[in-house]
Amino acid sequence: MSEIPPFDPAAAAADENVAVEPTGVQRLRRALLHPGRGQVVVGVLVAILGAAGVTQWRIAGTDDDYAGMRQADLIQALNGLQAASRRTEQDINDLERTRDALQDNNDKTAAALDQAREDLATLGVLAGTVPATGPGIRMTVTVPESHLSLTYLLDGIEELRDAGAEAMEINDAVRIVAQSSFETVGGGIEVDGRLLKSPFTIEAIGDPDSLRTAMNFSGGFVDDIALDDGKVVIKRSQHVEIESLHSEPKPQYAEQVQ
Amino acid sequence: MIAVIGLIVGVAVGLILKPDVPIGLEPYLPIAVVAALDAVFGALRAFLDGLFDDKVFVVSFISNVFIAALIVFLGDKLGVGAQLSTGVIVVLGIRIFANVAAIRRHIFHA
Repeated sequence: MSEIPPFDPAAAAADENVAVEPTGVQRLRRALLHPGRGQVVVGVLVAILGAAGVTQWRIAGTDDDYAGMRQADLIQALNGLQAASRRTEQDINDLERTRDALQDNNDKTAAALDQAREDLATLGVLAGTVPATGPGIRMTVTVPESHLSLTYLLDGIEELRDAGAEAMEINDAVRIVAQSSFETVGGGIEVDGRLLKSPFTIEAIGDPDSLRTAMNFSGGFVDDIALDDGKVVIKRSQHVEIESLHSEPKPQYAEQVQ
Repeated sequence: MIAVIGLIVGVAVGLILKPDVPIGLEPYLPIAVVAALDAVFGALRAFLDGLFDDKVFVVSFISNVFIAALIVFLGDKLGVGAQLSTGVIVVLGIRIFANVAAIRRHIFHA
C-alpha cells in the first residue's frame, strides 16, 4: 500500500486507463488512510449536511406538529380541529340536556317522595299506624258496672272527634280509629276485640281547651256519665303520648277507582 | 478521512450549537437534507466506481440542494407544495436506494 500515492482525483482518473484499476474498496481504504486536499471541500460540505441533518432531526423531534407546516396544511388542520370542536360542542350540549332532564326528573322524584312521606305521617296518625304525641287531654271515666252504657261512651268519642281530636287511645291499650268496633260484653266493653274494664282512660290529641269544652258542655258527655252514677276526670296536658297502634289490614274487596 | 471527520464535526456542531432555523426556511430544510444525502451517496458511489471528481461533487451537492428547495418553493407558490415535496422526497429516495445498492455491490460484491 505504501507505493500507492495519496488520492488525487486527477491522478486517479489518469491512472484508470494505464494502471491496474483498483477496486472500489481499495480506493476507499486508500482515501481513508491518505486524505488529500480535495477531501477538504468534501468534508466541509458533509459537515454542513451533518449539521443541517441534526438540526432538522431536532426540529422534527421536538417542535410541535404545526411549526413548519404549510399554509394549506395548516388550514386543513384548522378545519379538522374546527369540525372536531363543533362535534364536541354538540356532544356537550346533548349531554348537558340529558343531565338537566335527569336532574329535573330527580327533583320531581324527590319532591314526590317528600310529599309521600308527609302524607304517610299524616295518614299514619289518622289511621293509627304510627305513634303520636302532642297536646291534648287525659280523661278518666269511672262507671259502675251495672250502669255501663256503650252509647254514652260512643257519644263521648264522637264529641271528641267533633272537637278535632286527631288521635285517641283507650286505657293505653287500644287505638281508636275509624274502623274501631265497640261491643258490650259481660263485665266491660270490647274495643276491637279487647276487653276493657272501668275505669276507662281516654287519651286524645287535639286542642286541649276545645276537647275539654266538648266534654263539659251542659247535657254533654260528663253530664251523661253523671246520670249513670259515673264520674269523669279531665286533665289537660301539653304532652299526651299515644303509643298503641292499630294494624291496618289490606282491603280485600274494595279497590281504588282509577 | 477528512470527509468522515467533517461529518462528525458537523453533527457535533449541530448538537452543541442547536442553531435556530429561520421560519421561512423551515419547510426547505428537510428537502435540502435529503437532497444533500442523495448527493453524498451519489458521490460515494462515483468514488467507488472510480469516477469521483470533487468539483462535480461540490456542484452536484449545491445544485441538488438548490433545485430541491426551488421545486418546493415553486410548489408552495403554486399551491401544491405538500404534493411536490412528497414527489421530491420520493424521487430522491429512489436515487438514494439505487446509489446504496451500487455501493453495496462494491463493498460486499453482492
